Amino acid sequence: MKFKNYRGLLALLMVLALVAAACGSGSSDTTAGSSETTAGSSDTTAGSTDTTAPSSDTTAAAGAPEVCASDAFGCVEVAAGDPIKIGSLLVTTGPNSSLGLDSQYGIELALDYADGTFDDTNITIQGHDVVLVPEDDGCSAEGGTAGANKLAADTQIVAVIGTSCSSAALGTADKILGDKGVTLISPSNTSPALTAEATHNPFYYRTAHNDTLQGAAVAEFAYTFKGIKTAATIHDGSPYAEGLANAFAASFEALGGTITSQDAIQVGDTDFSGVLASIQAESPELLYFPIFVGEGSLLVQQAKTTLGDSVVLTGSDGLWSDDFYAAAGDGVFLSGPDVSAFAGDAALYKDIFLPRYAEKYGSEPLSAFHAHAWDAANIVLGAIEAVAVDSGGTLYIPRTGLRDAIAATNGYTGITGTLSCNANGDCQPSATIAVFEIVGGQQAADPVFSVVKSLE
Amino acid sequence: MTTQTAVGSRYRLFLERFPVRRFVLVLLALVIAYGGAAGSIATLRAGRFTGEVWANLFISGVARGSVYAIIALGYTLVYGILFIINFAHGEVFMAGAYTAYFVAVGLASNGMLESHPIVSIAILFVISSLVSMGVAILLERIAYRPLRGAPRLVPLITAIGASLFLQYTFRGFYGANARAYPTIPAIQGTWNIGKLNIDFLNIHLNGYPFQKVHVISILGAVALWLILFWIVERTRVGREMRAVGEDREIAALMGVDVNRTIVFTFGIGGALAGAAGILYVFLFNQVIFTMGFFPGLKAFTAAVLGGIGSITGAALGGLILGILETVGPNLFLDGAGVPSPNQLIPIVAFGILVLVLIFLPGGFLGAPDDKNRA
Repeated sequence: MKFKNYRGLLALLMVLALVAAACGSGSSDTTAGSSETTAGSSDTTAGSTDTTAPSSDTTAAAGAPEVCASDAFGCVEVAAGDPIKIGSLLVTTGPNSSLGLDSQYGIELALDYADGTFDDTNITIQGHDVVLVPEDDGCSAEGGTAGANKLAADTQIVAVIGTSCSSAALGTADKILGDKGVTLISPSNTSPALTAEATHNPFYYRTAHNDTLQGAAVAEFAYTFKGIKTAATIHDGSPYAEGLANAFAASFEALGGTITSQDAIQVGDTDFSGVLASIQAESPELLYFPIFVGEGSLLVQQAKTTLGDSVVLTGSDGLWSDDFYAAAGDGVFLSGPDVSAFAGDAALYKDIFLPRYAEKYGSEPLSAFHAHAWDAANIVLGAIEAVAVDSGGTLYIPRTGLRDAIAATNGYTGITGTLSCNANGDCQPSATIAVFEIVGGQQAADPVFSVVKSLE
Repeated sequence: MTTQTAVGSRYRLFLERFPVRRFVLVLLALVIAYGGAAGSIATLRAGRFTGEVWANLFISGVARGSVYAIIALGYTLVYGILFIINFAHGEVFMAGAYTAYFVAVGLASNGMLESHPIVSIAILFVISSLVSMGVAILLERIAYRPLRGAPRLVPLITAIGASLFLQYTFRGFYGANARAYPTIPAIQGTWNIGKLNIDFLNIHLNGYPFQKVHVISILGAVALWLILFWIVERTRVGREMRAVGEDREIAALMGVDVNRTIVFTFGIGGALAGAAGILYVFLFNQVIFTMGFFPGLKAFTAAVLGGIGSITGAALGGLILGILETVGPNLFLDGAGVPSPNQLIPIVAFGILVLVLIFLPGGFLGAPDDKNRA
């Protein structure tokens, strides 16, 4: 009894220390499940997935059509009167909720407008309503796993649009859903690892740009446009932040700049005096911190007081939110997709999409990826229309066939640009990346720098 | 613990007498200490950081530690009289700071924050303390009082449940976003402290530009600590608290209202946590419903480090932990060539904690023989 107490206390502390350490580290093992699917389905897709009339109208006897037997993952069967379910897996809670909600609104608008009008009723495909089943990705590996498991358990889910954060997809949601033959198409993941040869899941696609593009664009902004020769980076251990920080560093050095230090912080930390002192010791001219709102808001304030006004502070599209603008104040730069100059259907975006968004959700777009979500939703809808087969009132949607139809997207004109999916799941072959300045507590509408970057 | 064997080989006697566990622990401690020292020397040799940087880190560590210290007082007070760890204390701290955010927004929008900073800050402190106090008292009434006689682990688990309950209750109240506090212009910038010019002695000191928020947090924490010390040592209710901590039954027989004393203890710990919430906001400027978790954990650590149950110990532990967290990674790890040392803040902090507890199981000022004295 005598020393039982403090031993218990010590054990407890050890456990808590472990928990704290675990909470901070956002690393998940990134073994992509390379489940080789034998794509032995018939080629039912035309080159472009515009809203064309559905394929062969064979009203044969009831029963599953031929294509389901040959599909490695079978078909989603939608009985007469049942809706076609499309899942979404986006961050809708927590400090990054504006990132996910913005994408979700884009999907909702796309499902509404797919029949050519905004009337608050979704499109119907062959007599079946299309409904959205939203899940939260939590902007973490744990959240992505939980949400993906929930969606994968529902055999009626045809495809999933998500995730918001790369950490929720990499080796987690992409594998869980891919193992069930459910295609995951992300409007918002930008980590290069997701579409790298070694780690790409065959059921994963994205309409967001690959961050090798954004890293190169920001490096060009710093070195060429601003004339900056030394820079430091900070990431938070998430795949998105680490991938982008490294992409920037590689491009910046390739241009001839010097990276003075590459530091990392912990998610959940609030005091960055230590890491800022370490950065200040090398006195870089620019600090690039492609992290998220929770830490970013605090970091930017402390960086302003610690590093002074001479250091150019630049964040990225994970920080596009009112909470961050309020915390950061003026003179901070943010990189991201150039929403002021999407390469796609500008008239559709400016005259139809944006007014409706403002009318329905009562604000300017909350974040960066609403248009990418719109495009992703339309690609999914087009693919469903192309491969769905009606048989005796029941709609059969072959899973691998749907994936192949999405993969075959080529020259599709969306809002964000002309989309063509490559073998590794990147559907945005080139992207216009811009750097915006925060002015008057808001992100300025016009970028200070904008450049088109293409994947090799 | 050794049982004396009447007959036995010398070897066996040696084995029985040799404190293997202690030996391993000391060895471990030496390894950690050596690593820390070697890293520090390497860092200072490399000379990446100027003296000014170390001073900055140290001061921000003290400021951070002051907040930990005031939260830690709540843990220590409750432990001192009830011997339970109130793990929902971090959420008590969050409740006050988060509620005061809405008051701060109101004050900012009508210009009070700019025109009457002192009055505004006083209002924030009062609101935050009252809310936290209310939450702490409710917590005691609902979650802990029914478990008064239960084994010690039961209230602990209840506390973890209460912590989550409070987090998500406040998420329901206020939403899930991180919110930036409105800035108070009066406490931005620096004060140049220590400027001294005595011409005929030829002394010219330039002083040091202290950040105002650091100075305010440190002074505020000292003031709160002194108030608490005075309550516990110099007032009737403080005497009752100490009496209940000493022996609950005897105190009751002597006419101390035990329930009232315990409620008072929770209330005062909660009020301190609420005030600490405002100090925290001065430093970090942001609130979110999960903000209580880490500071709560660190404050608990600080309380254990200083010696749980000891008021002075909590303050000492908080300061040490705060300084370790800011100075530690750069000092111990940077020179050792560890990449991104500041990702390892918890490892430094908890490593030192383990090191201390190996040699001082009761913390710095705790009772080494666990007599549970407050």
